[in-house]
Amino acid sequence: MKNGVGTSGLILDEPLLWEKGKKGRKGMSIPHSDVPQAPLDEELTGTPVDFPDLSEVDVVRHYTRLSQWNFGVDSGMYPLGSCTMKYNPKINEKQAATPQLAAAHPMLDDQYSQGVLQIMYELQNYLADITGLDAVSLQPAAGAHGELTGMLIFNAYHQSHDSKRTKILIPDTAHGTNPASAALCGYRAIALKSNENGMLDAADVRELMDEETAGIMLTNPNTLGLFEGQVRQIADIVHAKGGLVYGDGANMNAVLGVADMKKCGVDVLHLNLHKTFSTPHGGGGPGAGPVCVTKELEPFLPVPRAWKDGDIYRLEQDRKDSIGRVHGFHGNFGVLVRAYSYILSMGAEGLRKASQLAVLNANYIREQLKDTFHLPYPQPCMHECVFSDQLQKDYKVTTLDMAKRLIDYGFHPPTIYFPLIVHGAIMIEPTETECKEDIDQFIATMKEIAREAKEEPDKLRNAPQISKVRRLDEVQAARCPCLTGPTLPAEQ
Amino acid sequence: MRYLPHTQEDITAMLQVTGNKSLEDLFSGIPDSCRMTNEWQLPEPKTEWELNDHMQAIAQTMKVDQNFKVLIGAGSNHHHIPETVKALMSRSEFLTAYTPYQPEMAQGTLQGIFEYQTLTARLLGMDVVNASMYDGASAFAEALLMGLRIGKKKTKVAVSAAIHPHYRATAAAYLHPTEFELIELPYLEDGRTDLSGLSGLQDVAAVALQSPNFFGVIEDLAGAAQAIHEQQALFITCFSEPLAYGLLKNPGKCGADIVCGEGQSFGLARSFGGPGLGMFGCRQPFTRNLPGRLVGETKDLDGKRGYVLTLATREQHIRREKATSNICSNQGICAMTAGMYMASLGGTGLRELSRLNYDKAQYLKNALIARGARLFFEAPIFNEFVVEFPHDFQPAHQRLLEQGIVAGLELSKLYPELKGRYLFGITETTSRQDMDRVADEVQS
Repeated sequence: MKNGVGTSGLILDEPLLWEKGKKGRKGMSIPHSDVPQAPLDEELTGTPVDFPDLSEVDVVRHYTRLSQWNFGVDSGMYPLGSCTMKYNPKINEKQAATPQLAAAHPMLDDQYSQGVLQIMYELQNYLADITGLDAVSLQPAAGAHGELTGMLIFNAYHQSHDSKRTKILIPDTAHGTNPASAALCGYRAIALKSNENGMLDAADVRELMDEETAGIMLTNPNTLGLFEGQVRQIADIVHAKGGLVYGDGANMNAVLGVADMKKCGVDVLHLNLHKTFSTPHGGGGPGAGPVCVTKELEPFLPVPRAWKDGDIYRLEQDRKDSIGRVHGFHGNFGVLVRAYSYILSMGAEGLRKASQLAVLNANYIREQLKDTFHLPYPQPCMHECVFSDQLQKDYKVTTLDMAKRLIDYGFHPPTIYFPLIVHGAIMIEPTETECKEDIDQFIATMKEIAREAKEEPDKLRNAPQISKVRRLDEVQAARCPCLTGPTLPAEQ
Repeated sequence: MRYLPHTQEDITAMLQVTGNKSLEDLFSGIPDSCRMTNEWQLPEPKTEWELNDHMQAIAQTMKVDQNFKVLIGAGSNHHHIPETVKALMSRSEFLTAYTPYQPEMAQGTLQGIFEYQTLTARLLGMDVVNASMYDGASAFAEALLMGLRIGKKKTKVAVSAAIHPHYRATAAAYLHPTEFELIELPYLEDGRTDLSGLSGLQDVAAVALQSPNFFGVIEDLAGAAQAIHEQQALFITCFSEPLAYGLLKNPGKCGADIVCGEGQSFGLARSFGGPGLGMFGCRQPFTRNLPGRLVGETKDLDGKRGYVLTLATREQHIRREKATSNICSNQGICAMTAGMYMASLGGTGLRELSRLNYDKAQYLKNALIARGARLFFEAPIFNEFVVEFPHDFQPAHQRLLEQGIVAGLELSKLYPELKGRYLFGITETTSRQDMDRVADEVQS
């Protein structure tokens, strides 16, 4: 294909930090001492730590070169399903770095920290409004942390009702972290199968739900990108048996302003601010996973939370039914500021529009590629669509091969081999910030890759070719793990 | 809205392809009973310039702002952050990428995290360090869970009362739904942990100390290691000031099995307590029990060195409910930032900075003692310490606030028995002049 954006350029090699530098160099300005040296207790003193000594230029070049081996949303389209890799506005970075906010110490009295408390208080309210739920804790630091917090709330709720529950229903279309989060609270995950349309049947829930089951963890829209049409009936069944409904809100970007989570019957929902609310993913984090709950569950939320007392913002210190703390301080506050700034920039209309366009982009891709790749669940989708490699199997080409070939064309691959219920899954989430031209380019590239699969399959099997490294030996990495660089003899 | 690129023409053309009449029509699968009908109470959207004004107005309400000298650590430390670190961590190739699932497109993140793991391992004296946890408190909770996993049938963990109260609270919340028991070990008069009760305890999987502990006191880690290992328990240490190990004997050398703590000191702003960085490491035999992501070295098809996420079989997406942890997103860019900070310091710089923190804290400590204050815990300290004043310190604290100094943290909220005692935290950012002003207020 002639017009792919992937091309090769000059990439500079760069050794590991400790393979460069020279003892005695320094890359950082250290204040002069204005106090006398105090005596040291030899018993407690260690030998010098074996860090390489680098100059400032050494450090700057090192990380600049490393950064050039990376691909981010700012580089190009990153349709990683389930991760909502939308554009991360620059202005939000500036707001998080506001000197007064960045310098705020988390242990001062409320009266000294009004600004940060105001942001927390308002963000709590905005998120409650947006989800339809009643109360919010901003403390969880990531989606899975929100799930854990939700499960702790389930546990506390059932305990308060003197009800001992040991199981939890988790659909096969839920997010991968759900079972581990539930297991941390001692719940045994009971698998709930989706039907031939990729959706849950209320009848199946009725069969499995009993009074030893704490509730259900629903990802909605689910990981096939489908909205669970029977969510309300399912919630009613779970509630009738005294259970609770957990909503994994990682896919909230599909339904802003459309779905009301309380009306869906959800009792606890986490949001991923790094997905729906545009904060950067940072090569793995930090995220933020606020938890939104109904009035009934508010007493169990983690402390502290911000509240308003007349004109004064305060942190609530203690509440007898609270599950306690899940974070050392107030969660990833800097991430909260970015999300706050995003919501203020978008407004209600902008947020609704974002979901509409995210869903439009996904359906447009689904429609354009449905004859090229196998689409196991052919109905219209929400914010993401899931294909498989079934049509390419005959050419002995896999999802992995096609994903790696996308790299050569300058796209980040979609999520692959997830959800597990689709064999060889290719999960595409374009998000709303990709324009039609870039999406058309992506579609054309995917079609070209399908052609190559048939006619030049080796191109796929040997891909990527123009990335800094070629395919890496992951088996070797796991078999003989090398997780740190060598310890030098100086360290005695 | 400038983040949304679609023109009306684009939308019309795309709807035609999807076969929808309107954007609303895309949501026809959502039942009416689930629909949002409430009008949101969100403010009108702000332009970039209106947003700047709004945030400035909020920032102005911070009575204690960036110009204050906040002489408090307590788990959130004020250190200088080099401009280079800020600039490099802001590079959007790092910042706007996600977890490196496609290593060929993420060698920058992967090598950077591998370097972070290595430097942190050297600092803490551990064999293995993971790619980060959320923060010191959650890392501590996960360390206890890891200790219980390794301890198999054992059901108890013992933690020092001199560990950061918020870390202990977090651990209590994590352990609450389980059958495991959390036992608290009291602190001694000198501020170190009392391990004498240990021998009477049965069934203890792990014992945890913080060093320097919440009171700033350096624990006798080597002595503790012996006592704890004699009980056939694992030794977990945590910290909230990693800079201490630029000077002090590291936990690994003292016999710790698992080490965790807060890495915010290394290049991250206090930012009201987050994002920080959960540092987490262990001795080699426990590697497969570690929570969190790990980056490992390997080779590509041409034999060229490269890095990948590895040992994923411990993790939630593969082992599901049998995983070592549920952690997925971590604090990626914060770990990267800490790596940049450690690289900027170097071994020589680390020693110098660490020594400077130590010397300055000793200076204020001695100055306060000279003015009649008493060092409340007399065991050796690094850059934090607790003092008791001859008179009520509150009026002096207030006068100093008016001069732009927050002179320590009164401890009664965290330790009711320590009412009226203050915890001070001193770093390289505190000048002698400011410390003299604090000392002068004590006298007057």
